[in-house]
Amino acid sequence: MGNEKVVSSRRKFLKTAVTLAGATIGYSWLKSSQVLLHAAEPKDESLPWYGIVIDIQKCIGCGNCAKACKNENDVPKEPFFFRTWIEQYTVKNDGSVDIVSPNGGIDGFEQRAPAEDIFKSFFVPKMCNHCSKSPCTQVCPVGATYESPEGVVLIDEKYCIGCRYCVQACPYGCRFIHPVKKVANKCTLCYHRLKKGLAPACMEVCPTGARMYGNLRDKNSEIVKFLKEHTTQVLRPHLNTGSKLYYNALSSEVR
Amino acid sequence: MKFYIPPQITRLALAFAIFISLFLVLRHFLVPKTFGVYGHYRAASLIDNAQLEIHYSGQQACFVCHQDIEDKKAQDVHSDIHCETCHGPGEKHVVNSKVEKILKPTGREFCGSCHALNAAKLKSAIFQIDLKKHNIGKNCIECHNPHQPWEMKK
Amino acid sequence: MEPHYQHLYDILAHSQGYIFPNEIDLQWGILIVVYPFITGLVAGAFILASLERVFKVKILKPTYQIALLTALSFLLVATMPLISHLSQPQRAYEIMITPHSSSAMAIFGFVYLWYLMVVLLLEIWFDYRHSMVVWANEKSGIMKWVYKILTLGVNDISPRTVKWDRKLGYIITVIGIPSAFILHGYVGFIFGSIKANPWWSTPLMPIIFLFSAMVSGISLVLLVYMIISYFRKQVIDLNVLDSIGKYLFFVLILDFTLEGLDQIQRIYEAGESFEILKLLVSSKLYLTLFVSQGLIGTIIPLITLAFLQFYKHRIKVRKTMYFIIGILVLIGVYSMRWNVVIGGQLFSKSFAGFTSFKVGLIGLDGTLMAVFWLILPIGILAFLLWLLPPWKMVKEED
Repeated sequence: MGNEKVVSSRRKFLKTAVTLAGATIGYSWLKSSQVLLHAAEPKDESLPWYGIVIDIQKCIGCGNCAKACKNENDVPKEPFFFRTWIEQYTVKNDGSVDIVSPNGGIDGFEQRAPAEDIFKSFFVPKMCNHCSKSPCTQVCPVGATYESPEGVVLIDEKYCIGCRYCVQACPYGCRFIHPVKKVANKCTLCYHRLKKGLAPACMEVCPTGARMYGNLRDKNSEIVKFLKEHTTQVLRPHLNTGSKLYYNALSSEVR
Repeated sequence: MKFYIPPQITRLALAFAIFISLFLVLRHFLVPKTFGVYGHYRAASLIDNAQLEIHYSGQQACFVCHQDIEDKKAQDVHSDIHCETCHGPGEKHVVNSKVEKILKPTGREFCGSCHALNAAKLKSAIFQIDLKKHNIGKNCIECHNPHQPWEMKK
Repeated sequence: MEPHYQHLYDILAHSQGYIFPNEIDLQWGILIVVYPFITGLVAGAFILASLERVFKVKILKPTYQIALLTALSFLLVATMPLISHLSQPQRAYEIMITPHSSSAMAIFGFVYLWYLMVVLLLEIWFDYRHSMVVWANEKSGIMKWVYKILTLGVNDISPRTVKWDRKLGYIITVIGIPSAFILHGYVGFIFGSIKANPWWSTPLMPIIFLFSAMVSGISLVLLVYMIISYFRKQVIDLNVLDSIGKYLFFVLILDFTLEGLDQIQRIYEAGESFEILKLLVSSKLYLTLFVSQGLIGTIIPLITLAFLQFYKHRIKVRKTMYFIIGILVLIGVYSMRWNVVIGGQLFSKSFAGFTSFKVGLIGLDGTLMAVFWLILPIGILAFLLWLLPPWKMVKEED
């Protein structure tokens, strides 16, 4: 009888030990296999991994970038659909912040207050951030938007069902529904131009070189050198979108 | 020992098996061929996005015919400005220069989009002028050659 | 077809502060308000039915089949507002063939299918099978074949097989309770997981949606039971109403507490988005939040139900009171869906401005379409009650 007790308690111990060991091994296996649900890993090392830099100190709000983008990409000229736009911030001496973007900045800007009332003022061009942990890609129910092997976030216009979940999920307001094609639309970093070795249209026409793009993997590229020598920030860092659009001289008023 | 399976369960199992098989067959025919090659998307879409029409040629294409302007521009402060910044998309003109003409902006407001005085523009980024005071009524290019702005016209 | 931009120019003229240029038009309109309202009714009605079956609340027995058929009627229509709001509805099948596993919306397609086929249809089938076999034998002509097909050809009504009907139905109901939670919790998750929108992004969202769903479902079954009894000229059992009212009262308290908790936390922490959200609530959403959802939909029903808990036996008019409470609660829950969906899109992601919302009347995403999707389930319910009348079922000895 005593023997039975020893045997059963040994059995219990073995059972517990095996369960604990199995659970530990199982958990560590699961943990190592994927940390993030959908972080795009640059798979093909031979392809560039595109990033963007915008230098706010160089932007003069001429609007050429937004205008060229609409010309290049078949975006309706009405003031409701923009793949890229410019915002003018006017911080007055009384602390108030005025933000405007008339027709996305395509027609240029007027000074919003007399110079003596202005504390500081600047332009902020906005465009798709081509996030590496893109929330818009995460929420698309059918796989109609995706991160290309080069790190460019693109839309499959033949597959999009127009549910607008991606438009809701983008924290930067980059997406819209094309009024004629009736599918999602946004900045593609002029993917069709990149593949031919041409610069995106907005960067082609920027007169001051405020917009830069390049291969983040290439240590000798203009963009990597710029990132090394300047203090840059992304928009909404706390949302952890993996934004690859780095701003130089981004002021705290900007959302 | 006879194992009793209620007739409801066998009939339901059959119904579900048929439904799921039908679904899988339908799915096989409906999923696009290139789906899933690189990720959860139609790989052919990369090609769709890569083959869109180009409207801006890049200034090297302009220099093929307009070397004189290329030389002039290189000597003055507009040397870093690409042609299509002011002249608009040039691809149609490059392809068929006799028929498709390029934009030639002339008005004050156009030059003002860059050069008009605005507190938001850094003086180090662009040369600015107060258009409300400087030669009102005249077009800028009446005095300034747009390709060589400091070479004043008489 | 030339798109009409005039209404966008109107909205642009009425926008306040700074909004991102692409935010001028609301992406999700009244149909996306109707959709969580309908799935909420389904989940709520089902959970009330489960109270009878799993938790053996005998007093609710007369409402069991009514609750299930109501849930089915609304579930059949649930995906229609979604599909009719897509700008490419003919591609809607893509969600089922290439669902993106990281997208809550895609997973919902399968959660819906599971709930419809494995939970609701099966539970109704197990409950009605015996009666359907009997009706197939009694009727003639087309109806005979209709019932025969519905039984899937399983004609065995021996006591052993019928006992299995009850056993399997019980198992399905037990599975059905978490399934109903997932069905509607997922809808809350679809909003709650959007980190870009601070009005939506909260872990409490699935739970808030679920509890307000239960409240709406219970109210709906209450109203349906009263209306059916009226049409059938049957006396309404006041004990049934009192029992439903009790459950409604407690769930409403929980719902109110949870929603209050979400707001209190937001107000206390006062994060980055707090100032714009405060403006949203006090100006744009004042009527729909404080008056419609708060006062009409929650406070007045809560006080009335509390009163009835203590004094019910003295009040003869409580039948009418329950009816009115049911309607008020439904208005409140609909307003809650409106406040979440529309409210979340009225303020800009720049946190610096507002756009405005004008509901169109016609078109695939207009008010008439929304009203149609809300009325259609009532027609389906009427049909189901005719096809599968609960009061003509074969009486089982317990």
